[in-house]
Amino acid sequence: MEATIEVSGLRKRFGPTLALDGMSFTVLPGQVTGFVGPNGAGKSTTMRVVLGLDAPDAGTALIGGRPYQSLRRPLTGVGALLDAAALQPSRSARNHLLWLAHSQGLTASRVDEVVAQSGLQAVIRRKAGGYSLGMRQRLGIAAALLGDPPVLMLDEPFNGMDPEGIVWMRGFLRSLAAQGRAVLVSSHLMGELQDTADHLVVAGRGRVIADASVAELIVTASGGRVSVATTAPGRATEVLSAAGAQVAAAGPGPLIIAGLEAERVVALLSRNAVPFSEVSAHRATLEDAYLELTRDAVEFQAAPSERAAR
Amino acid sequence: MTVTPYQSRLREGPYGFADLLHAEWTKFRTVRGWIIAVIAGGLAIVAFALVPGQQGSCNVSSCAAPVGPGGEEVSDSFYFVHQPLSGNGSITVRVTSLTGEIPVLTQGAAMRAGLVPWAKAGIIVKASTSPGSAYAAMMVTGSHGVRMQDDFTQDMPGLPGAVSAASPRWLRLTRSGDTITGYDSADGTHWAQVGTATLAGLPQVAQAGLFTTSPGYLQTSLGEASVSGGPSVATGVFDHVGLSWPSGAWAGDNVGGGGGSPGGTAGSSQAAGTFTITGAGDIAPVVAGGGGDVTIAQTLVGTFAGLIVLVVVAAMFMTAEYRRRLILVTLTAAPRRGRVLAAKAVIIGAVTFAAGLVSAAIAVVLGQRVLRGNGAYVYPASALTQVRVIVGTAAVLAVAAVLAIAIGTILRRGSGAVAVVVVVIVLPYLLTVAAPILPAGPADWLLRITPAAGFAIQQTLIQYPQVTNTYTAAYGYYPLPPWAGLAVLCAWAALALSLAVFLLRRRDA
Repeated sequence: MEATIEVSGLRKRFGPTLALDGMSFTVLPGQVTGFVGPNGAGKSTTMRVVLGLDAPDAGTALIGGRPYQSLRRPLTGVGALLDAAALQPSRSARNHLLWLAHSQGLTASRVDEVVAQSGLQAVIRRKAGGYSLGMRQRLGIAAALLGDPPVLMLDEPFNGMDPEGIVWMRGFLRSLAAQGRAVLVSSHLMGELQDTADHLVVAGRGRVIADASVAELIVTASGGRVSVATTAPGRATEVLSAAGAQVAAAGPGPLIIAGLEAERVVALLSRNAVPFSEVSAHRATLEDAYLELTRDAVEFQAAPSERAAR
Repeated sequence: MTVTPYQSRLREGPYGFADLLHAEWTKFRTVRGWIIAVIAGGLAIVAFALVPGQQGSCNVSSCAAPVGPGGEEVSDSFYFVHQPLSGNGSITVRVTSLTGEIPVLTQGAAMRAGLVPWAKAGIIVKASTSPGSAYAAMMVTGSHGVRMQDDFTQDMPGLPGAVSAASPRWLRLTRSGDTITGYDSADGTHWAQVGTATLAGLPQVAQAGLFTTSPGYLQTSLGEASVSGGPSVATGVFDHVGLSWPSGAWAGDNVGGGGGSPGGTAGSSQAAGTFTITGAGDIAPVVAGGGGDVTIAQTLVGTFAGLIVLVVVAAMFMTAEYRRRLILVTLTAAPRRGRVLAAKAVIIGAVTFAAGLVSAAIAVVLGQRVLRGNGAYVYPASALTQVRVIVGTAAVLAVAAVLAIAIGTILRRGSGAVAVVVVVIVLPYLLTVAAPILPAGPADWLLRITPAAGFAIQQTLIQYPQVTNTYTAAYGYYPLPPWAGLAVLCAWAALALSLAVFLLRRRDA
């Protein structure tokens, strides 16, 4: 089976809310694809549609070219973690994995393997109800790995994890992708995916806003802007605005100038005798890129009719 | 960038519905609370059987009734004026009157004129005068016209209408080997055959003659919810007695002790070829009704309690998945949703069937011991009937559990599902059988159309139209036969399961 997730033109309406509005993207093997967007952007709904849990009003979602319902032993095709809290609290964590294994014709020895991979050996016989959210995330990862699938789909796996767990999760996801698997990881915080994702699908208002490699996104977000370090920010803003530039002051740091090339900025400041120590091409962070891309979606999110992420 | 797609190290093995069953069984057995609840449900059934319930005095004197040729318990009490019949022959008689007395229930032992519907006067050929022996008889009755009856359970109608001097009835029985044929006539000239009876092993010398008997009087009120009654007595007047053999001496016997005839009035007189015979009792199968008499179903009164517990477990087996959102994981592991529900139904059905089988078997065996120890009279039931009651009770529990899991799937809430199942199964049962406060009419309808009909599988008694009785569920008589009742419950479960599969497939998880 090809290790891909292909989502094409998904539309889904919940009552008055359009949760998915033409969501389309492809997840390729061998890399971690980050699936980011504000709450309500349609990330979880997309994953539920891919897994056949929700039926889309339009569009298709395929795993390795096939609909999920047609997979013979689905957990050997896709490993998914949708909701780490979806557990029977009085059942031990090991027995939770055991029934899942039995549902795919797998045995207890496979359970022991994924328990070791997820680092839960010491607590696996405890009742799942006593698990912290971080432990539940690890249990969910173990469950997703049971079928040793070529495709993994994890919804907010960093939620509730302690810093040590986050570091472990990042390394683990990268190693899974390095084995040639397609790994789709959703998050509403870009920071969690920094240094983890190779590729990003940014979602907002039920559709894809950007679908690019991390490097491309940063270049786009930087958008030819110039940063100026000056001891007279007020005077500099006055001079540059008069020349038609948009000036943004980010606290005590440098001014960010858009709409003027670096040479023209230097010439203007020099001619008007405004002191400056450094003029350079501005380099945006991934966070900046994300905030810029999703600004509209976040504003939309504040509207009262918006349905919370499922 | 070229990527080598991931190749799983897991080897493919056989995969199918058995794996889903395995998964659901693992799910069930790994929640300790559910296992404990199933055991508690079984114990509830056993506990009700062991609680001292019906009391009686049968440990002092035997309460067993005589047994008829078919193995069933029978009443065989009547006044019999008879003589031997050797080999083939026939007996003919004219009945000119059948009158009687019935109790005035508000005034102690006082009697008034009246006739119970199944008072009987006629002729009979009987293997012997021992109660329970084989017979065939032609008779006039209180209000069911002429009948031919044989061996207690068989009943065929003859001429309709009441008997009187102005409208007498002629009756004839002809023996040929083991076969007895009955005839009736309004005028002694034109005869019609009513029926034939084969009495296997009828001895060469049988007893033939005239008889009168009269079953107990029953008065029901409040739609058969309240019953009162007392013994009655009847008197038949016979003439034109014709025998195909040379008449010997007539003997008079109060067969079976006369069924407690009021005031010891049973007897006969003969004058100028006219016989007047007064008798009480009945020649009929025994039917149950009140008193200290119970059936083996009494040992299973705890079924409803066990059922409630098992229904809670069954509903939870599904609704806990919705409550914990575990259904997402389940349906991801098995996207063919109908098969998931089928696997769950099979597992919960098997678990509750096993628990029901063990507890019902213990309850029936130990419960009968307890009841007999209390002196209660337990109507005997054949080994086959007892097996049917035990297996049937387990089946009722299993099908109710499947109904609960289906309703749990439809409603997706445990409390609602349990409430629905209790209302449709346990409530009708309680209102009609355990604590009968409904009149017989509505009660019978409830036990025909609601899933509570399934409790009919526990009935061991047979309704006989030729015996007046309060045939209500409270006395162990269900409006449907045992398997038909279970079929009604199964139909409801199948309907609910179909709707559940439809909704489970159609709805978003």
